[in-house]
Amino acid sequence: MTKKIKNLNLNFGPQHPAAHGVLRLILELDGEVVEKADPHIGLLHRGTEKLIENKTYMQAVPYFDRLDYVAPMNQEHAFALATEKILEIDVPIRAQYIRVLFCEIGRILSHILNVTTQAMDVGALTPTLWGFEEREKLMGFYERVSGSRLHANYFRAGGVHQDLPQGLEEDIAEFCETFPKIINDLESLLTENRIFKQRNVDIGVVTKQDALDFSFSGVMIRGSGVPWDLRKSQPYDCYEQLDFKIPVGKNGDCYDRYLCRIEEMKESVSIIKQCLSKMEKGPIKSLDGKISPPSKREIKQSMEALIHHFKLFTEGYRVPKDEIYTAVEAPKGEFGVYLISDGSNKPYKCKIRAPGFSHLQSMDYLIKGHMLADVPAVLGSLDIVFGEVDR
Amino acid sequence: MKNLIDLEKKINSELTTKINRTGIKHNQIYLETDKDDLIDVVLFLKTNNDTKFRQLIDITVVDYPENNQRFEVVYLFLSHEFNQRLILKYTISENEIIPSITSIFPAANWMEREVFDMYGVSFKDHPDLRRILTDYGFEGHPLRKDFPLTGHTEVRYSEDHKKVINEPVKLEQNYRNFDYESPWEGTKYIKEELDNNDKKN
Repeated sequence: MTKKIKNLNLNFGPQHPAAHGVLRLILELDGEVVEKADPHIGLLHRGTEKLIENKTYMQAVPYFDRLDYVAPMNQEHAFALATEKILEIDVPIRAQYIRVLFCEIGRILSHILNVTTQAMDVGALTPTLWGFEEREKLMGFYERVSGSRLHANYFRAGGVHQDLPQGLEEDIAEFCETFPKIINDLESLLTENRIFKQRNVDIGVVTKQDALDFSFSGVMIRGSGVPWDLRKSQPYDCYEQLDFKIPVGKNGDCYDRYLCRIEEMKESVSIIKQCLSKMEKGPIKSLDGKISPPSKREIKQSMEALIHHFKLFTEGYRVPKDEIYTAVEAPKGEFGVYLISDGSNKPYKCKIRAPGFSHLQSMDYLIKGHMLADVPAVLGSLDIVFGEVDR
Repeated sequence: MKNLIDLEKKINSELTTKINRTGIKHNQIYLETDKDDLIDVVLFLKTNNDTKFRQLIDITVVDYPENNQRFEVVYLFLSHEFNQRLILKYTISENEIIPSITSIFPAANWMEREVFDMYGVSFKDHPDLRRILTDYGFEGHPLRKDFPLTGHTEVRYSEDHKKVINEPVKLEQNYRNFDYESPWEGTKYIKEELDNNDKKN
């Protein structure tokens, strides 16, 4: 007598803690082996692109914080660069250093979260507790500079909103001294850990060719051995003047991606240090009064400044007709903004290219033939944040 | 090719009939083609040794409701070897079906689904053309310019039905779209005006 065996369909998420947010992953299982994975996304879709089309350029910035909400300023950076290129304005050198400094803080924020939650997904709890203590400090820096721990709204076209408050530079420098020790502690828990290695080595292997075909970027492509980083290949702001290395993986598995992230954090610390030492006093936003708002003191004294302030925060500035694609190396990969302006004060179209979208797309290809227990490990190493996937 | 101008020449000479216009702006190369030539152009860009645009960055559509050819389909490519970006475009009218490039770039799958979801543009030979970002059972295409910002329906939990229901949107106050027509045009305009005044005087 033959018995018919039917594949089992399993809903992974949207409320599963290892789904990193609101992913609904429909798995087709043959025993414990995954035959097919169909991610259903969009549960966090907020229509960011539509909203941006209806806001002025300055009002559009906060929406970028809400995309990848673990590294908010990196997204703002892409939008600021796009508008600056169309407006053809220069950013003062101090503003460039401040931006790069906070982008690297964002990178550390994102990588700590990813490395530690990936460890948690495969069963280690302690890294999360240690890592989050450091994240808290970094978000403290965010708060001191922008007034908000997460939704910073700090990078504006032409520079940044405000100068660093007193004492912040020293505190960041102090953090740079203590943080490498924490990375070492995390590494001592994970890098040679038998369980961590068993769960990650040779899991979710991506070949070079597939990484290109599936539009991977960031750690996902570097983990597979493609030395590609926009900070080096298409440098923006002051990255050209900084000295840093790009870690590249060999095997393209989850473990290599973890190692890349750890190394990138160390490089980020070195970049932050360089920024702090090279930063000189000076203006922090474009001196064009039609783009960057005047200071409070000027508003009190000058009628023109008052008018500028009023016009900038009601009508906003106009951006000449143009179209441009600008990308930055966000912690998760290439984050791009395809901006079309029509000469008015609102973008005609603003397409956001989120790295996580392409990475999650390859879930079916990555997980096919793996065991069910590997799903959280692979998902964790993809570094998915639903704010940017769903937009 | 290393140089953008050489690359433009190369593409123009190899794809003479298939490319309508080329241009270089912001250190990127912009190409305009036709719907029917898309597959050939994309294949050429991906495989030719002088172009090697082997990564598809994104696919999107721009909606110009006042135009006859309403939608402009945009493909963004990246070449790692030559460190160059390319933007490929063509226009289509509202109900046209366009070829899918999933067979060339597997990454196009979700990007095309997103375009279908957001703009209602259909793709021929797409393996799995479903909505992707909007809710199950959603109607309309949100990123079209004639789709209202508030949408048509809103959801809430109904105590009577004991489930989540869809209702037409009810707004306490209409969405206000301010018209900012004003003579304040920015530095350039004021400069020109001042120059003209100087000339008169």
